[in-house]
Amino acid sequence: MTFPISNTHLEPALLVVIGFTVGVLGGFFGVGGSFLAGPALFAMGLPMNFVVGTDLSHILGKSIVAARRHRALGHVDLKLGVLMAVGTIVGVEAGAQAIERLKTKLSVDLYVGIAFTIVLLGISGIMAWEAIATSRAQKPKTKNKNTTKKPQDHSAFGHVPRWLKTLNWPPPFVDFPVSGIQRLSIWAVLMVSFTGGLFSGFLGGGAGYIRMPAMVYLLGVPTHIAVGTDLFEIVISATYGTVTHALKGNVDILIALVMHTGAAVGAQLGAVGTTFFSGPRLRAAFVPLPLIGAVLVIYGLLNGHHFK
Amino acid sequence: MKTNKKQFGIQLGLELVVYALLVGGYFFLVQRFLGDWLYELFAEKRRSYAAVAVLLMLGQGVVLELVTSFLLGLLERKSSR
Repeated sequence: MTFPISNTHLEPALLVVIGFTVGVLGGFFGVGGSFLAGPALFAMGLPMNFVVGTDLSHILGKSIVAARRHRALGHVDLKLGVLMAVGTIVGVEAGAQAIERLKTKLSVDLYVGIAFTIVLLGISGIMAWEAIATSRAQKPKTKNKNTTKKPQDHSAFGHVPRWLKTLNWPPPFVDFPVSGIQRLSIWAVLMVSFTGGLFSGFLGGGAGYIRMPAMVYLLGVPTHIAVGTDLFEIVISATYGTVTHALKGNVDILIALVMHTGAAVGAQLGAVGTTFFSGPRLRAAFVPLPLIGAVLVIYGLLNGHHFK
Repeated sequence: MKTNKKQFGIQLGLELVVYALLVGGYFFLVQRFLGDWLYELFAEKRRSYAAVAVLLMLGQGVVLELVTSFLLGLLERKSSR
């Protein structure tokens, strides 16, 4: 059927299936699922400017459900989430303005598509490397069958937060007791959140694929807290992103509503799934997903969808 | 463990049925009754469209969760009897 706002012909049942899939991933990994939803919409023929805006709006309804679930499980650091929302909103606006510039040059599909592909391949590569390095580092410990210790949330990049603290960050410094972080510069938090917001505004979705790893590896937030806090923060940033992209004519809310009907149930299932997996296993399972997104973007670019 | 898996399966099945019904009904409602109005807002009143888009998404998110929570509560009460 034809969706009049974006003037695009899409299959509603397929939108629901995509929504359900990214909903499960969103609840499970703490990411909005835009690394799959955005490329899938683009591959189906939606122009890239609508992909970005519509994906941002669809995760709004889904994130509020998943964030409530994670908050009930105690996985949300409210102080960190609110602080990060400030940086993210500024980043989202910067990304949305970049889309506007590209729209006037009729090259939004090409540039955003190429950027999307590079980002997705990069994320998948980094996370694969980290997951392999972490599992190698943990192997000698797991061979001891008599151990009764509960598995910890180890990371091969565990030294990065310590290294980050040695840098001469300007004050003010803040403690985040829920995340177990002491004396972290506000500027480090804002840098991470601004970068996530920029990706969100430029590529769509919540950009959890970049913010969640950044929270774990750069800020030192435990994986489960990072998942919940990221979802909480996405609610705030997606609200702003939906408004600014809708004002710029980049949101087809009908597509977003149809996708969300599938995403809502998927998000609830995904959130339950996080209680069965530890940090490194959770991250290892994430690795192939951005690759699928990259393939879909390349397919869309080769099919030659154009800005409408 | 088996009981947990069974409960999870029941919840999953119930949610899928509920959402399948909602998807059908809601899609009909939105497309038939809101489609033209939303398109007019998009074309002529962009600020109103932005506000309505946010409200619709937040509203749908909250309502769908409330509906499933209510149904799951009913299911739990029945299974505890």
